Amino acid sequence: MIKFFNISSIFVWIEKLINFINSIFFILLLIAISIALIFSPADYLQGDSVRIMYVHVPAAWIALGSFSSLALLSFLNFIFKIKNLSLISKSIAPIGLMFTFLAIVTGSLWGRPTWGTFWVWDARITSMVILAFFYFLFILSHKLILDEEKANRISSLVAIIGFINVPIIKYSVDWWNTLHQPASIKITGSSTIHSSMMLPLLLMFFVLILYCALIFLMKYKTEIIRIKKKNLKRL
Amino acid sequence: MLTKKVKKRASFLSALLCLSVIAIFIILKSLSSNILYFKSPTDIKNVQDLNLSKKIRVGGMVKKNSITVKNEEIIFIITDFKNDLKVSYSGTVPNLFSEEKGVVAEGKLQDKKFFIADRILAKHDENYMPPELKDIMKNVK
Repeated sequence: MIKFFNISSIFVWIEKLINFINSIFFILLLIAISIALIFSPADYLQGDSVRIMYVHVPAAWIALGSFSSLALLSFLNFIFKIKNLSLISKSIAPIGLMFTFLAIVTGSLWGRPTWGTFWVWDARITSMVILAFFYFLFILSHKLILDEEKANRISSLVAIIGFINVPIIKYSVDWWNTLHQPASIKITGSSTIHSSMMLPLLLMFFVLILYCALIFLMKYKTEIIRIKKKNLKRL
Repeated sequence: MLTKKVKKRASFLSALLCLSVIAIFIILKSLSSNILYFKSPTDIKNVQDLNLSKKIRVGGMVKKNSITVKNEEIIFIITDFKNDLKVSYSGTVPNLFSEEKGVVAEGKLQDKKFFIADRILAKHDENYMPPELKDIMKNVK
């Protein structure tokens, strides 16, 4: 187990994983996109604009999921000061920010034909903007603070405080009146998405997760290389 | 593993987390009426000091068989199945605006029973299904 987290052996593993994901990613992407955009049925009410959902919903899930993992890693890092954790969270943050933006932009594009407006300040959308803000703060604190120890400490605090926002986003549609519809896929109980639309949604989610893994591994690799080159900070 | 420093940091973090959760809870609680994107007809009925000059949003379901169109003016009834509110609007409505669907109207109250909207937003519900299925469901009903 210790050996697995050793930096040189992890490097070989990263390389292998990247190659593996690369070999299956584009085929899966093609399949998922063609099912989502062509073969899946249109919605009875929204028509073809339902297809935006196949990007919007996975993007929002990933944005929330990666912030949760960011918070967990930061929590452990703040207490135990494990340098590897800060490298991992540093590599996760840009992906999360990108998917938060993606969720906001696709949601806005979907809102125009269905709601009749690009933008409203309801609880769900506002809390998503706050999430993007926290991601931004996290990344900025690593970029702007030169003292690494201090940067780690502050970014960890940002992630931990920002994590309070995650359940607020999740339950905003239940706690308050929002224009955004409540969740269709529930952890308990049956979901209100028909199975012919559920399949492309889950496929797109899987493909986007693969994409995240790919970007994460590449970024993680560069972070390790950077440390190796400096040759002063051992993990 | 659990040195004194680690314990100190852990307790600092948990104290910070507790405090900020409480702070945010209090903030959200006090702001809760502002966070609501729209009011329901019941909220309107229960409101004490009616401010007719202030723009508000009202939301709910469009009541069945309530939409009437005359001279570019659309009159319909918003309901939350307890109370109703009559809404008048002139302009274009979103595609998804129809009876028994969610709607949010932005505008000013005339009195507790009548509302003049200058913007209509359609609220989509959480149901997604292909059109064929919807037809089948209608026939079963």
